[in-house]
Amino acid sequence: MDILKKWGVFWEKFGPGGAWERVIGEGLLNTLVIAFLGLLIGIVIGTLIATVKVMPKYKALPRILDKICSVYVGFFRGTPIVVQLLLAYYVLFPLCGINIGSLNTCILVFGLNSGAYVSEIMRGGILSVDGGQMEAGRAVGLSYTTTMLKIVVPQAIKNILPTLGNELIALVKDTSVVSFVAAVDLYKTFNEIGNRTYEYIIPYLCMALIYIVLVALISLGIKLMERSLRKSDRGN
Amino acid sequence: MIEAINLTKRYGNLTVLDEISETIHEGERIVIIGPSGSGKSTFLRCLNCMEDPTSGSIMFEGADLTDLKVDINLHRQHMGMVFQQFNLFNNKTVLQNITLAPLHIGLKGVRDRAKRAQIKADIEANAHRLLQRIGLDDWADKYPSTLSGGQKQRVAIVRALAMNPKVILFDEPTSALDPEMVGEVLDLIKQLAEDGMTMVIVTHEMGFAREVASRVFFMDGGKIMEQGTPDEVFGAPQCPRLKEFLSKVL
Repeated sequence: MDILKKWGVFWEKFGPGGAWERVIGEGLLNTLVIAFLGLLIGIVIGTLIATVKVMPKYKALPRILDKICSVYVGFFRGTPIVVQLLLAYYVLFPLCGINIGSLNTCILVFGLNSGAYVSEIMRGGILSVDGGQMEAGRAVGLSYTTTMLKIVVPQAIKNILPTLGNELIALVKDTSVVSFVAAVDLYKTFNEIGNRTYEYIIPYLCMALIYIVLVALISLGIKLMERSLRKSDRGN
Repeated sequence: MIEAINLTKRYGNLTVLDEISETIHEGERIVIIGPSGSGKSTFLRCLNCMEDPTSGSIMFEGADLTDLKVDINLHRQHMGMVFQQFNLFNNKTVLQNITLAPLHIGLKGVRDRAKRAQIKADIEANAHRLLQRIGLDDWADKYPSTLSGGQKQRVAIVRALAMNPKVILFDEPTSALDPEMVGEVLDLIKQLAEDGMTMVIVTHEMGFAREVASRVFFMDGGKIMEQGTPDEVFGAPQCPRLKEFLSKVL
């Protein structure tokens, strides 16, 4: 049986004392770290951009900020993530004399990239909150920013949690390109096993399986979260 | 206390408020009546600049609220507002709805731990006292979505009261309520009136207007067409528009 032989070759490299520690401890871990921290940075940046986008535009400052945000979102949505990684790692950081390592570069770039997408999600979320909430906050003398942060944004985040879950799934899958800038992720570790055995079928099938399981787990998490949120909507 | 000077509001070509000049004194209970689209809600919302007037000024305690250099938030702390749709903060409990703004303002710049705890305790005790007054203290830790319309509106009124405002603006406080809940809200407003609270009320409840008002404004076409004591306005209306309006609603 050919496939059993292939499995034997793979298991020899992967199994006890083999590459599995690197696959789990570095590959899987980095994939998750980049995706989760990236989303976290993305939520912070996205919230800031969305706040600027929905701000009343009477004064000059919000208008200038709005332009800056538009350029930012345009760039990060208009170029592939690989291009952004390469630009940051091989062009921008060396030019500025910054060296934060490939993993940190990946976290940062994924965060910046995700910020552009989250800003649109968040803008929709903020607009979905009834305008009366902002009015009520302003009427008791809270500033626009305070009302936004304490009243509107928490409700907006609740509304968009499912969509943010989808963003996380997208991020997890997108991390598979980080080996372009020498970071070690799930793909990289399985690719190494293949390179050593000249046998790619089993490693890549295993890799696909792990991605599927990851995404399934995240989906399950979102579903559970949605259910508990609906419960709190029905009352306490 | 509040003085509107040549207050005008336009949306494009549509003039909603037309050069209104009027003074509201301390202790007065102004009730504004008039047909839909007459500008009564807009007038009320201009008083605390929830709507920015197109021209004219609002003087409140010596400051011009339409002046962009004036800190509007500071003055709004002294002007409570109650909305037609209640607008309780959905993500906060009933108690937090009431304490949010007082805590935010009271704790600003206070670093000392013990002092912060003391301020927080005082504000929460006051909120509980207010909730007891409206019989909803058992609901303090519930979320607004579990309350009935009448309960929501009473909490909203108490939320305004917690700031110790000098005046409360009511924007059709009973219009979104089921008929059987109108009474409890009007009773609470009447209590406040008896306590001497200055208020400006936009309403369609004519019986209530007659009972609670110290002065009634009749608005139509963006102007205050007629005003006077309830007996004057309801008993002996002068202008034909008011007569026609009253004949329809009474």
